[in-house]
Amino acid sequence: MRLRETRPASFWPLAIFFALFVLFMYGPMFVIFILSFQGPEGGLTFPMRGVSLHWFAKLAEGLGVVDIGAALWRSLGLGVAVMLCTVVLSVLAGLAFRKRLAGGNTLFFIVVASLIMPSIIVSLGIGLEFRLFDNGIKAVVEWLGMESALEGYGTSLGLFTSALGAHLTWTLPFGLLIMFAVFNRFNPAYEEAARDLGATPWQGFAHVVLPLIAPSVVGIGMFGFTLSWDEIARTSQAIGDVNTLPLELQGLTSTVTTPSIYALGTVTTVVSFAVMGITLALVWALGRRRKGRSG
Amino acid sequence: MSTTSTPSLPAAAVPGRSIAAWWQAAPFTLVFALFFIIPLALIVMVSFWDFNEYELLPGFTFKNYVSIFAGCGDASEGLCVTLKTYYSTLKFSVLVWLITLVIGFTVAYFLAFHVRSSGMQTLLFVLCTIPFWTSNVIRMISWVPLLGRNGLVNQTLMGMNLVETPIEWLLFSDFSVVLAFVHLYTMFMIVPIFNSMMRIDRSLIEAASDSGASGWQTLWNVIVPLSRTGIIIGSIFVLTIVMGDFVTIGVMGGQQIASVGKIIQVQTSYLQFPLAAANAVILLAVVLMIIWGLTRLVDIRKEL
Repeated sequence: MRLRETRPASFWPLAIFFALFVLFMYGPMFVIFILSFQGPEGGLTFPMRGVSLHWFAKLAEGLGVVDIGAALWRSLGLGVAVMLCTVVLSVLAGLAFRKRLAGGNTLFFIVVASLIMPSIIVSLGIGLEFRLFDNGIKAVVEWLGMESALEGYGTSLGLFTSALGAHLTWTLPFGLLIMFAVFNRFNPAYEEAARDLGATPWQGFAHVVLPLIAPSVVGIGMFGFTLSWDEIARTSQAIGDVNTLPLELQGLTSTVTTPSIYALGTVTTVVSFAVMGITLALVWALGRRRKGRSG
Repeated sequence: MSTTSTPSLPAAAVPGRSIAAWWQAAPFTLVFALFFIIPLALIVMVSFWDFNEYELLPGFTFKNYVSIFAGCGDASEGLCVTLKTYYSTLKFSVLVWLITLVIGFTVAYFLAFHVRSSGMQTLLFVLCTIPFWTSNVIRMISWVPLLGRNGLVNQTLMGMNLVETPIEWLLFSDFSVVLAFVHLYTMFMIVPIFNSMMRIDRSLIEAASDSGASGWQTLWNVIVPLSRTGIIIGSIFVLTIVMGDFVTIGVMGGQQIASVGKIIQVQTSYLQFPLAAANAVILLAVVLMIIWGLTRLVDIRKEL
């Protein structure tokens, strides 16, 4: 097929189909980016009435009762925590799966099940778990007769307990699948050489394996952060009194009728793309360093 | 995500270290035990509990399931609420599945077999996956300026004098829900199908054309069967996502269209956890049946 010089007759219809698909994917998003720069008189639709940063300023002041800044910081914090946990746990599990792991097939099945489980079910389950846990704690404390200890206790549902766990059930499967892809193409000869030269397992990992898999590990971190940053369904029932940015955004869609909401969309998208850009730069730099070393 | 593998990776690489391996996998396993297995078990348990306005009452009752299917046995009344909801959710799933399958297959086919240089192939593939990294809600509301009453589509149609009054069914309708789903999740079809297609031995296609197969015959008898794994994986993703969705249907349906996920969400917001749990168990059963049916068609673990 590759040898043939002329393109098959089906090329152009398919190319046009592809172009239309790309337009379909990107068109609407560009529309809201443009509209977020409406002038103060502008509305939710075209035509543009002037160009300004007015709606970004409005966004910074807060939308109604919602403190966007606080939600943004919460989402960033959670995203970073999810990223770190995803990287560490996926790499460890990836290493474990290279060896003979009793029950490895069962674990793999559970991970795949988590990936395709409707998010609302996982979310509901985690919410229930933490509520029952709360009830248990309250019962125990009452039984011990220490009611005063309960005064400060609201719920164990929270950003870094239930919400973190909920996000990990979504990011870890991606992390593990990437690790499988990495170790599938990994040549164990380097490790054996290190071992033959007297390296301890830790030295072998830190000086040989980790530098070799570093670009993929950075990629796992990016997956972890961006999946958490945009996550709604798994967070929805598994978070306590506060909301993450996407949850606030979902709530705002029905109440906010100014281009401020497009400005918020532009801001969150810029964060996603910044994370991707930083990741790609890091992967590129790591690759270059490796090439430089090997001569 | 170019290649994935079975969990039994090079087991011989470091033999006899299964204890160390378990310590390495333990934190990972613990997360899934705490936040996946136990929650699922609790859902099943609580679905048999009773409740009042203030608290959950441990016990064993079929009350929740009975109340979900109340009136469903009576054929003269038409469909009961639960069956109507499942019907509407399934309708969306099948529609979205068919559309994403056709688009996903065509796009993957173009990328895999018509784009010649591998650099261009990677570039175009990445182009398709970038939108996946922006927030789903942003991508949903990005349809508002296009489909709204005074949106671009209506402005254009009225400008061309094709319609006299704005079309109302473009936004907050079944149409906008399906459109948003296709916009959001076609990527889940493209990636696995493209992945399968890239692993097809190109000489098989040449052999087919040398044997006199037409383009369509090659497509149907060689490429489709060999991309089956990707098609099934993509289908499982799209079907399970749409079955459990409440966010897209909520936002794009103007909070007017019912879905199973939405019912669960509403019931939890009224603290009717046992009812929500019973609904979740039923949803889970339906989703598992769909997946079971799909995996009858292909042994995914064998072909990963």
